[in-house]
This record gives sequence, structure tokens and C-alpha cells, in this order.
Amino acid sequence: MDEMKKNEKTMTTGGGKLSLGIDVGSTTVKVVLLQDGEIIYKKYSRHMSEVRQKTLELISEAAPYMKGESVNVSMSGSAGLGIAESTGIPFVQEVFATGEVVKRLEPDTTAVIELGGEDAKIIFFAGGVDERMNGSCAGGTGAFIDQMATLLDVTADEMDELSLKATRIYPIASRCGVFAKTDIQPLLNQGARKEDVAASIYQAVVNQTIAGLAQGRRITGKVLFLGGPLYYNKGLRLRFKETLGLSDDEAIFPDYALYAVAMGAAVYGERTGYEAMAEELSEKIKGSINTYTGRDRLPPLFESKEEYDEFCVRHAGADVKSIDIDEYSGPAWLGIDCGSTTTKLALLSADRELLYTYYSSNRGNPVELIREELTNIYEKCGDRIKICGSAVTGYGEDLIKNAFSIDKGVVETIAHYTAASYFCPEVDFILDIGGQDIKCFKIKNGAIDSIMLNEACSSGCGSFIETFARSMGYDIADFAERGLHAKAHVNLGSRCTVFMNSSVKQSQKDGATVEDISAGLSVSVVKNAIYKVIRAGSADELGEHVVVQGGTFYNDAVLRAFERELGKNVIRPAIAGLMGAYGAALYCMDISESSIISPEKLKAFTHKSKSAVCNGCANHCRLTVNTFGDGKRFISGNQCQRGLGVEVSEDIPNLHAKKREMFDELRRGDEKKSMESPSKKGLIGLPLALGMYELLPLWNELFRTLGFDVKISNFSTRRTYEKGQFSIPSDTACYPAKIMHGHIEELIEDGVDAIFYPCLTYNVDEHESDNHYNCPVIAYYSELLAGNVEDLSKVKFLYPFLNINNKTELSRELYKMLEGAFPGAVTPREVKHAVGAAMEAYEEHMNEVRRDGEAAIEYARRHDMPIMILAGRPYHIDPEIGHGIDKLAVSLGFVVVSEDSVYHLAERTPVKILNQWTYHARLYRAARYASEHEDTQLVQLVSFGCGVDAITTDEVRAILESHGKLYTQIKIDEITNQGAVKIRLRSLIGALEKKAQG
Amino acid sequence: MATKKKMDKTYVPFTEDMKSTHTILIPNMLPMHFKLIARVLEKRGYHVDVLETSGPEIAETGLKYVHNDTCYPAILVIGQFLDALKSGKYDPDRVALIQFQTGGGCRASNYIYLLRKALEKAGMPNVPVISMSLAGIEDHPGFKITVPLMIKLLYAVFYGDLLLTLVNQTKPYEKNKGDAEALADSWCARLADAMDGKHHNYREVKANYRRMIRSFLEIPADREKTKTRVGIVGEIYIKYSPLGNNDLANFLVSEGAEAVMPGLLDFALYCVYNNILDYKLYHMNGSARLAYKIAYKYLLARERDMIDIMNEECGGVLMPPTLFTHTIDLVQGYIGMGVKMGEGWLLTAEMLELADKGVNTIVCPQPFGCLPNHICGKGMMKPIKAKNPDINIVAIDYDAGATRVNQENRIKLMLANAREKES
Repeated sequence: MDEMKKNEKTMTTGGGKLSLGIDVGSTTVKVVLLQDGEIIYKKYSRHMSEVRQKTLELISEAAPYMKGESVNVSMSGSAGLGIAESTGIPFVQEVFATGEVVKRLEPDTTAVIELGGEDAKIIFFAGGVDERMNGSCAGGTGAFIDQMATLLDVTADEMDELSLKATRIYPIASRCGVFAKTDIQPLLNQGARKEDVAASIYQAVVNQTIAGLAQGRRITGKVLFLGGPLYYNKGLRLRFKETLGLSDDEAIFPDYALYAVAMGAAVYGERTGYEAMAEELSEKIKGSINTYTGRDRLPPLFESKEEYDEFCVRHAGADVKSIDIDEYSGPAWLGIDCGSTTTKLALLSADRELLYTYYSSNRGNPVELIREELTNIYEKCGDRIKICGSAVTGYGEDLIKNAFSIDKGVVETIAHYTAASYFCPEVDFILDIGGQDIKCFKIKNGAIDSIMLNEACSSGCGSFIETFARSMGYDIADFAERGLHAKAHVNLGSRCTVFMNSSVKQSQKDGATVEDISAGLSVSVVKNAIYKVIRAGSADELGEHVVVQGGTFYNDAVLRAFERELGKNVIRPAIAGLMGAYGAALYCMDISESSIISPEKLKAFTHKSKSAVCNGCANHCRLTVNTFGDGKRFISGNQCQRGLGVEVSEDIPNLHAKKREMFDELRRGDEKKSMESPSKKGLIGLPLALGMYELLPLWNELFRTLGFDVKISNFSTRRTYEKGQFSIPSDTACYPAKIMHGHIEELIEDGVDAIFYPCLTYNVDEHESDNHYNCPVIAYYSELLAGNVEDLSKVKFLYPFLNINNKTELSRELYKMLEGAFPGAVTPREVKHAVGAAMEAYEEHMNEVRRDGEAAIEYARRHDMPIMILAGRPYHIDPEIGHGIDKLAVSLGFVVVSEDSVYHLAERTPVKILNQWTYHARLYRAARYASEHEDTQLVQLVSFGCGVDAITTDEVRAILESHGKLYTQIKIDEITNQGAVKIRLRSLIGALEKKAQG
Repeated sequence: MATKKKMDKTYVPFTEDMKSTHTILIPNMLPMHFKLIARVLEKRGYHVDVLETSGPEIAETGLKYVHNDTCYPAILVIGQFLDALKSGKYDPDRVALIQFQTGGGCRASNYIYLLRKALEKAGMPNVPVISMSLAGIEDHPGFKITVPLMIKLLYAVFYGDLLLTLVNQTKPYEKNKGDAEALADSWCARLADAMDGKHHNYREVKANYRRMIRSFLEIPADREKTKTRVGIVGEIYIKYSPLGNNDLANFLVSEGAEAVMPGLLDFALYCVYNNILDYKLYHMNGSARLAYKIAYKYLLARERDMIDIMNEECGGVLMPPTLFTHTIDLVQGYIGMGVKMGEGWLLTAEMLELADKGVNTIVCPQPFGCLPNHICGKGMMKPIKAKNPDINIVAIDYDAGATRVNQENRIKLMLANAREKES
């Protein structure tokens, strides 16, 4: 406490009186007793959701130090709010409290960064105090770090140790905890080093704090780091220091980092004049225990003991026969399900009985886990049992298949259906809630009729309950058990896990018990599945015979909540968590001679992984190279096959690639022209993002005809995004919009004279719809850029409101704009002429796209290949936004076309919503085309945060399903979860094959 | 605006007969305004019910029937309707719904379609839905808005705006809790009757303004010390609806602050003005331009009257609304007037309008993921703060999954900072 002594004078205000500060946060309670600005007592403890009890405990422990005197008191913290309300103890907002303390202790501080359990805050002191807290979509804080540690199967301390030994940083989505998890899981499953992942997690926290909170304001000077996570995690401190470029003198990590808020509360207490004796305080808080103030309660899961007993008996019936492996001899088949968080194995006899099963958390290294298990199985098999076939499914499919020479890889959805239908032949609906995924399939006529998978943002799955249980100090079984018997569980909402965290916080504030919270979480998981993933309005939509599976359904509270919500009984196989492995084993029973690694080779098996960068194309995918003992290699992280040394056929039509080539050609033309005869008029920059993906040929031609040079920004990469990240004011906007900031920065760096991105309320009128709007983001993003990208002051930023459907109007406004920016450079006549030429160029471009679309379809039919309309918006062809999904589709055997290259081939389709956006009108017609052609599938790309797609997706689905077509949606953001995308596309292929057979 | 004929759509019309058989349900956005509107319609022979239900079931029901990524207002409004329809209180065969909407490029113009889809999903496709919007209403034989009715509805809006202003400025200071609310309730009843009277012309409206103001000034109040004034701007439903914003205005009062909300008339003026701008910017809507200009002048004059009367009756005590033309002046140099989706430039303008009045603490409640708000809300905060360093704006997300504790915690922080500056 050196700093404290230094500043003793400024802290002294109490005149010898004691002052108690109580800070009750989302995960911890902190108590500080101050006298004359000095801490005479302090205590810090996790409350495990027993908020009030723990607070009471800490006050009792502090009581002896209060010497029977009446002391000043105030409370702070998100959970302290509720206690303060019901006890009448004064409350001070925690960020405000921190600010108070820092102003007194370290008056020369320029900024404070404080990370708490579930909040992140920044306070800027220079130029008027500016205090900021994270928005509701930002979970990367203490609770997030805890969750990530669980994922790595280490303690938070161990993760810290690991991070210090990192050699590289992986890009991990930083906006939201759920997204980050989606990035981390595949890394782990691909064999990335835990050390590197640990450091990358900290880096994600740092990025999020800077991007989400500072929002363009630079963090420099003396920075104070406060709060638990920054106090305990050296690795996190390091990442902050390095990223912000702070020296040792500038980055301050004070000893009182944990207690700043409590100290602020104590200081505040001196001012309020409120005082109380220790006993008085205890009485007040005691009085508030169990007085639940929230009204948002749901009825218990079981009304009576009888109901519970009936439930237990009913579900015990759904069992599968297992036999003792030591008694059996003969052939066997092995199924492996290498999931995102757990690994499962099932060994089946010739009669499909279970010989051996295994279910365990991945603990961050599935390869090692499976090696151990195989060794174990070989030992048990001896000479009596021969493994005749093997199959693997799940996230780790490719890695495991290569590592152990497994016979078959099978896509998860098919494995699960195989298992469920074996179990309940008449099954017509399967819901599988695993650690990370929710998968639902409708079955019709013995084939998968539709597949629904959860999106990145709704991963309110099993691992969430589990991590939550652990963070509250319970194991999952115990936690679930408590939930079963909750009397009045809390309603926690169903949006996403980050929101659930804060709902839990709310209920803690209201005094809910662990039992109530456990049951509430189960209900949330179920509601998330039904309303968000399945999008069902009523139970009848699901079907008659519902099978539920996945490890999460071992939790009886979840199972019960599901039956409750549906209003009907469902079947949960006793091997609910093993269904993937069981299905995989069933799937390979047609094999009689297995290629699986031999016991001898297994003994010598080794596995190493290292990282590399692919230089096959401009994407520069970050690869993980796995090397196994026998010299075999497996490379992952690639978006296409090129990095693997496989030649991708250039002949297969891919309209996304084709459109990119067209733009490349424009860019090359511009560059050549600028080189050969530079314009005297100026260089106009066109940012290739959002609506520019549609109108580039038009604007390019316009400026070229007028004699300007044109610079088109490059296709996006992750780096483009990072370059502009700091000036993004709204972090929940879509990725295609946010990436615009990077394009602007790039053009400014390139030294353009002006940047042109007009405001277009109305898009091109194709006379196909009720109106022809752009979405608000495309239409007006320039306004946001003008207000937030400071560097734009270095160039002329041209963003007039234009009517592109009226040549006279357009010419008039463009002339006005150019005359203002480049006086005398052009005449009205020239502009009018150029507009004409520009319109023609645009028409010609669109015609070419459509001709290419037709040619692609013709090619597909000639070669008997399936066609995929990879539909979205024009900007989804960007390699960074589209994440190379087009290439993946080609490598899976599809001819890929875009929505704007084929929509003209179908009639306009009646829709039930207001068809008022140009891009979406194309989407509906493209969907109609797919619905009418047997060989054509539509996959819809949806950018996270696209409000308009909340409307289009249901409509596109309806159009496709009205013709019995499968609807596949891929939600994309800055995350690049190739694994999940692959599963979706392969599920589609698998389902199509099954359908064709059936 | 959307002048083109709607294509490909069919809907259940509200027929002449339904006037006597059906009860029309109105969602609750602005309690006082909508109560008055309901009474106007009742006097015309309609059976009307303004839904006053609240509670978590509403959002729950909404989430069941609307895509969960749709804006929160849609989830609430549709949830409130379906919750009412399923409550057993109404016979689904004898109920119609009114949905207010603005039209335009925001996805909000799809609410009516989402509502119809939801009704279909809930097995009640025959419930007629009447859309009320400035973009023109669909044809319903039993529900026609005539000019006299239109004017009555406008009077209801004027009265509602004044009541809102008076209540907001009285409640924090009243000596007997509940006085302001009670007086507003009694005025609602009185005005409804008055509007039905033969002699209820605009002169009478102005006289009523004075009576209303005087009666509010009579409420025993302690105005010695001005409370911290907190402006509320944002997406229209979440800004006004207590259901949508967790009763934000009253929360502010309970925290010892005063809520300041620009009225509904500003929004009406904004909608009309945008149509005039469409011609200016794009040479579109030329034919309707004159009508919009007349409407604009009419509304602007009405707003000026209200301001003048407030200044005469209670100048210096109560703060009148800002004249729309001044609001327009204030926003110049911040955002283009062509930004017209959702609340568009008006949202930015209202923040500046508040700052202009000395209300430097502003909450911007917004539905999570609201598209226009990315630009005219959060996107404008940096330039606004740069030119108005004293201003303190906090954007707060409202959503089915967002929690009160997070919202209130942020508001408390904002208030603590405001008080620090004041002292």
C-alpha cells in the first residue's frame, strides 16, 4: 500500500471515523474498512451465487475491527444494488466509486481499465471524466476467462502460467464470449498448443476492451489496471501492456486492484453520513435474505413426488443392452464421436450390443485421449475380439481419421439419425443438445427432411450449464439434481449465454437460490432450442415420436423442462450422450476388414502440432500442421484444398470467384491507366464494401469517363478489419459494415484525393418488388463514417444522397458534388455523358453475371453436378466476409452460383412479408428457382446482426420447404469456424444422398 | 412514400359489419395518447380496448411467434396481441387489431406482415389487422379515416403530448405522490368527452391547453431545486412504451431525476417533412408534394401554438417543446437530412435539441441490434460529444434477454456523473 501512504493527505476526510465499503459483484464480495484513508481491514471472497449469505459472513468477519463503533457504510457492485435497495444502505455505482478512489490516490492517471466478473469498464480522466461500461453483447471478462479455462481443462491460474509460454497468437473473435468459444474449440480440436490458445484468449479480452469500450479513443499515458482478472492474471497484464505499448512506468497494476470499488464505496460512505453498527448491518442483511423481490418466477418442474417417480420410471425404460467385454469374442465395430467439448467411444458386438463405452471431456487434447482409449480397448479385446470396422464423426473427424487410420468419416447429423432410428424406428424428430451444438432433424419417409443447427449466437448449450455449475462450485450432476427440486425457478430468458449470465446476475440480485438458478438455466437451454433453433410455435410442429439425445439430456432438469415446454413425453435413450458414437459404429458395420491403426503401431504413436501460414493464395490461411509418429501429416485451418497440395479444378464454375475476378479486372484496368497516363483531375478512392459490391462497375466507369483516376480498395482480409476496428462506434453492427472502416483507412493510406461512397436510400429499381430500398446500414453508413473516422479529414469524403434511378437527377447531384470538391474539373454535360456510360457499364456487368450464371447451370447439367445457389447479398462474395465458403462448396462437388446470377430465371414469387428491398427480392426469386429444380440447392449466408435477415430467412425457408427442399443457413461474422460450416454443408449432402436413396 | 401498389398480398379486411361485432385491440405505446385515441374511436361507434397488460409473458409469447432476431418492439407488440388473444378474454372471431407503423426502408415496416404471419402460426389467420400509417393505409371497408376523424386523432396527439410534458415536469416535484398521474387521468376522461362535443374546434383545444397547464400548476409542488434532467431519445416504441423500456421515466423519477421526452408531434412532423425532402433530394413524389407541404405547415403552426401558450401560461416554470424548425437547424452539420429510416436524423436532432435546452444528460434506449440506430444513435455520439463536450449520452440496449440490473446500473452511473458535474 505504498501509494496509499503517499497520498494519505488526500484520502483523509473521515476525521478518525471508520468507514466500511462493501462491493458485491457478479462473482465476488469485497469488504474494506478504512480509517483516515488507510485500509485497516480487507477481505475478498467468491460468493458462489450465495450473495447475501457471503456478504453477511464477510461483515461478521470485519465486525471485530469495527470495535463496536458505529461506522459509515455504503455498498457498490451489480449484486450490491439489490441488497442496498432492500436494506436501505446507501448505494454508489461501482464505476463512479472507482473514479473517486483513483482521483484521490493517483491524480495523474489518464485512464483506468477495470475488468470484473461480468463487466468491463474504462474511465478516461483527461479532458473531463468519461466513464464507459460494456454493452449487453460483450461477455469477454472474468467469467469469460473462467469459462475458457474450463474449456482448456485447466484452472485459471494454470491458464495464466501457460499463456506466458506462448509463441504465437491466434485470431480469436473478441466481440462476444460465445464467438470466441467458437473460434477456440476448433483450434483445440485441431491440436493447437494450449500455451498459444491461452495467450490468444487474453489477447481477445484485450482486443474487446479496446475495440468495444475505447471505441477510437486512444489509451495512453498512465493507465491503471484494476479488478480481479487483471490482478491475478500476469499473462493478461502482459497482453494489455504490449498491445497498448505502455512502459513499466505507464502501466500500473496496484496492490489494491481488487479493492478499488470497495474503497470507493468506503470513501463515498463518509460523505453520505449514513452509519450503522456491525450488528445492525448484519440484522438488516439477514432480514433481506430469502425475501425474493423479483416476480419473474416459473412453476416448479415437478408438482409432486409421484410425478417425479413416474418420470424416473418412464425414462429408465429406454435402455440399450450391454454385455461384458470380457465374456465376448467375435467381431466388433468401433464408433468414435470426437465432439467439440467431449469425446465418446462405443464398441459394438455383432448383435449391436454395447461392449465398451467411453465418455469424457476433451481436456483440450482429443488425440491423446483417443490414443489412451484405443490402447485400453486393444488390451481388453486381446485375441478374442477383432475390430472389423471403425468410423469417426464430430468436429475432430478429419484429425482423428488421419491420426488413427479410421475407416470412415461420417457427418454428425447422419450418425445421430442412424443411432436414433435404430433406437426408435418411427422417429420423426431428433433433438440433440451437445456441449457446443444443438442439432435438430425432422424425419420424413425415412430420410432427413430438414436440419436445424444452432448459430454462433445461440450456443446456450450443455457446456454453458456445466461451466456455470463449476464456476459456482458445483459439479454438474449435483447442480442438475438441485435444479430438479427447485420450488420456484427463475426466468432467465433465452437469447444467448452472455445474456443468461446477466439474467443470473439479476436473479442473484433478487435473492434467488442455487436451486432456482439451476432449474432456470435448464429451462433457458430448452427454450433456446425450441424457439430460437427449431423456431417452433407449438409442440405439434415437432412430430409424434421425438427422440432427445446428447450429453445435456443426462441432466434430468433439462429433460423435464423440455417435456414441460412441449407438453408431451419424449424418448431419451439411456445412452443419450453416446448416440453419435453409437451411430458411427452402426454406420460402419458393413465393413469387414478395418484399416484402423494396429496395436503395435499404436504403441509407437506420437503426435506433434505446429502452426504455419499457407501461401497458396491471398487468403493466407493459418494452418495447423499435425505430424504423427509414422510420418503422416494432417493439415487443418485451411479454407480450401490448395494448402494440402491438392489441385483445385479451375474449370468448375464458381460465380463468387468469377465476380471477384471481374472486380479484379476493373482494379487492374484502373491501375494500368493511372500508371500510363495519370490524371490531372485527381484520384478517387472507391471502398470495396457494402453497396459498392453492387455498383462498383457503375461508379468506376463514371469517374474514369470523367477523366479521374480510380483506386478500388482491395478485397478484405482479417487485417482490413483490424485496421479500421478502432473507429467502430456500434459493435453490434454487421461485419460487412464494420469492415468498411478498414477499407477507408486503406484508401487514405494509398493517398487518394477523395473517397466516394454515396448515401443511397433507394437501390436500383428492378421493378420486382413493392419498393427498392437499401437496408439502413448500406444506405447511410457514410454518415457514420464521416462522424467517426477521424482520418477522413485528410481527404475529401464525398457521400451525397443520390437517386440512381433517374439519370437527370443523378447527373445534377453528381455535378454539384464534383464542382464542390474539384472546382472546374467537369462540366454538367460531361457528367451527363459519363452517367450514361456508367449506367451502360453497370447494365453490361449485370448481364454478364447473369450470362455466367446461366452458363454455370448449363455446365452443371452437362456434367451431372449439383448446383448450389450460395445466396446472400452482393458483398458476401468478399473472401473475408464469405470466409471462402464458396471454395469449400466447390471442393465438395458443387457448381456455385450467386443469387444475382440466377434470380432472373425464375418467376417472381409471392411472399408473406413486405418485399421492399432490392437485394431481397432477388433472394426470394433465387429461392424459387431452387425450389423448382431438383438439382439445385440454396444455401443462405446470413451476416450476424443483419436485422433484415430476421425477416428474409423465414421467408426463404418457407419458399424452399413449400417444394420439399432443404433449407440451409450459414451465419457468419468475423468468426471463421470452417468446421461448423463444413458440417452444415456435408449434412446437406448427406441428407440429399439419403433422400435420393429413399 | 410507398406509393406503388402493394403486390402479391392478401389480407383479411375489416368489414362494415365488424364495426358492431368486433373489439379492436390497440397496443400500448404512449398510455395517455392511446387512451385518447381509443376514446375518439369509441365515440365513432367502434369497440376499442387499449392493451395495458405487462409482465414477462408478453415477451415470452412474442419470442414464440416472431423470429427471435427481430427487433424487440415487434416482439413486444406482437407478443402483447397474442397474449391477449390467448388469454380467453376475447373471442378470436370477434377481435381485430390495429398496428401503427411508419413505413420506409427500416425493417419496422414489416411489423404488420410479421403480425399476420404470427396470427397464422397461432391458428388465428382470420383476425383482421388494420395498419395505421402515414404511408397510406390498406383498404378496410369498415375502417375509413375521414378528414374530420383525422383531425380528431391529431387533437388526441396534441393533448397527449401536452399531458406527457406536464406530467413529466410535475411528477418529480409533487408534494403528494400520485397527484400528477391522477390529474392526467382525469384530464384524459374530460378531454375525451370534450372532443365529442359539437363545439370542440381548435379554439377550444387551445383553451383546454390553458386549463390543463393551470391545473397542473396548482398541484402542490416543491420546485425550489431543479432535479437532474434526463433526456430520453431513441427508437419510438422503446422510447415511450413503459413495457419496452422497463418504465424508464418512472425509474428516473424514483432516482430523483426528471425525465424529458420530446413529443409524438415531432415524429409526425419528421415523417411529413421526409416526404417533402424526397422531392428535394431525389425528385420523387412530386405529385404528393403539395399535400405534404400543407400538412407540414398545419402541424408546425399547431406546435407553435402549444409552445406559445406554454410560454404565456408557465414560462420560466415549465419547459415547452422545441419548435420543429429549430430542431432542424440544430442538426445541420451532424447528419444528412436524407437519413430517414427508423427515427433517422430526428434521433440525432433530438439529442441536440435536449442539449440546446440545457438537458445534457441523455439516455438513448434502443432495441438491441436496431439497424438505423447504428448510424443515427451510436454513430452520431462521437461528433455530438466533440462539439458539445458537456453532454453525457448513454446508449442502453433493451431486449427480451437484457436485464434490468444492467440497464439500471448504467443509468445510475450516468446520474452519478451528472450530479458530480452539477455540484
